[in-house]
Amino acid sequence: MNIKEYIASGILELYVAGSLSEKENEEVHDAIQKYPELMAEVIAIEKAIVLLTAATNQGDSYSFDAIKKKISNEPKVIPMQKPKKNFWTYSGWVAAFILGGVLVYTNFQNKQSTTMVAGEKQQLEEQIDRVKNSLSQTEKLLEIFRDKDIISVPLAGQNASPSSYAKVYWDKKTKNIYLDAKGLPTPPKGKVYQIWSLKVTPLTPTSLGTLDNFSADANKIFTIKNSNNSEAFGITLEPAGGSETPNLEQLYALGAVRS
Amino acid sequence: MINQELLILQFQQKDVQAYEKLYNAYCKSIAGVINTIVKNPEVTEEITQDVFLKAWNNAASYSPSKGRFFTWLLNIARNAAIDHTRSKNFKQSKQNQTTDFFVDILETHDDLNSSTNAIGLKDIVYKLGETCKSLIELLYFRGFTQVEASEELNMPLGTIKTKNKICVGQLRSILGL
Repeated sequence: MNIKEYIASGILELYVAGSLSEKENEEVHDAIQKYPELMAEVIAIEKAIVLLTAATNQGDSYSFDAIKKKISNEPKVIPMQKPKKNFWTYSGWVAAFILGGVLVYTNFQNKQSTTMVAGEKQQLEEQIDRVKNSLSQTEKLLEIFRDKDIISVPLAGQNASPSSYAKVYWDKKTKNIYLDAKGLPTPPKGKVYQIWSLKVTPLTPTSLGTLDNFSADANKIFTIKNSNNSEAFGITLEPAGGSETPNLEQLYALGAVRS
Repeated sequence: MINQELLILQFQQKDVQAYEKLYNAYCKSIAGVINTIVKNPEVTEEITQDVFLKAWNNAASYSPSKGRFFTWLLNIARNAAIDHTRSKNFKQSKQNQTTDFFVDILETHDDLNSSTNAIGLKDIVYKLGETCKSLIELLYFRGFTQVEASEELNMPLGTIKTKNKICVGQLRSILGL
């Protein structure tokens, strides 16, 4: 490969912009791994763009704390890597060997260790199972969100809780909405979030149900039936069991469907 | 840069500390791109936060063979910002806004020189040619494809790549990179 020509072609600049095809991206990726000169060039280009884009930022408080708060309380994902598995198989052998030795000394201790190892193994299996489950769930969600026929409706925080937000993905074909409620605080005891489909003129709310398992749901994405011809969606905080009509003083988030 | 690759790997393993470093490296740029599109510092902060939450939640979907990590973030940011501009709230609030290019934001950004950059990023605005300003805006801030940029600027498709190379070259020489 002629490195000078490759650089002069301008492909690296487009690589950083993200305007190459998937195939071209892979080619450039391979090339920059192979030739340090190309990598240095990409890094310099990226740095120029990072500086330029940063200069157009007008805000000033970008502390990581707010994000940290939101991401630290989710369950830690256990990485599923081969070396780990090898370690466990290996440790199984070691445990068996030790157990054999222990057996000679006391029967009691043997029994205890066996249950422990079995317990650990079961725990591990459960963890792997959970990770697998959440992965396939995430994949399914991604598929839904990428579908072009799905209307996305951002719900902005309202007076009751200005920092809240939510998003509704409305699939008119299957008459389902997928509510992403990650931006809502955990409701206080004895209260639930209730979802409303709204017609604007005249203002007519129709209840779509309550989020009863809000705290227990890990990804805070809820699938809800909606066969209404909704013009907007709203979320209010209501007493457990839900209400007939929305309590507008406890309106947490609201967003109109764009026509 | 090996360090950065490591940080990205750790981030994909859900390492919060590693993510903080990446955040500090890129949050201002991401906010800048969003601000260029939504033109409202408050909304920008909100969307920036969303973007970094989204990136965290979809960490596993990033792969270095698909492009740079920064480019991946850029993509998420542009999409989120463009999504916002399609909302009704935005259309209403936008009426008295006139700025169109990132250069306008740079020009009207009063404390730009006093803040962080000794290089005088304001100079970029004066030194970059008109075509370069538009081309950089479209390709980097808006995420246009070459075809889209060529249509928008009425420029032959074959020249976009080389012209952009020259523009980024100008930018780099202004920044001393």
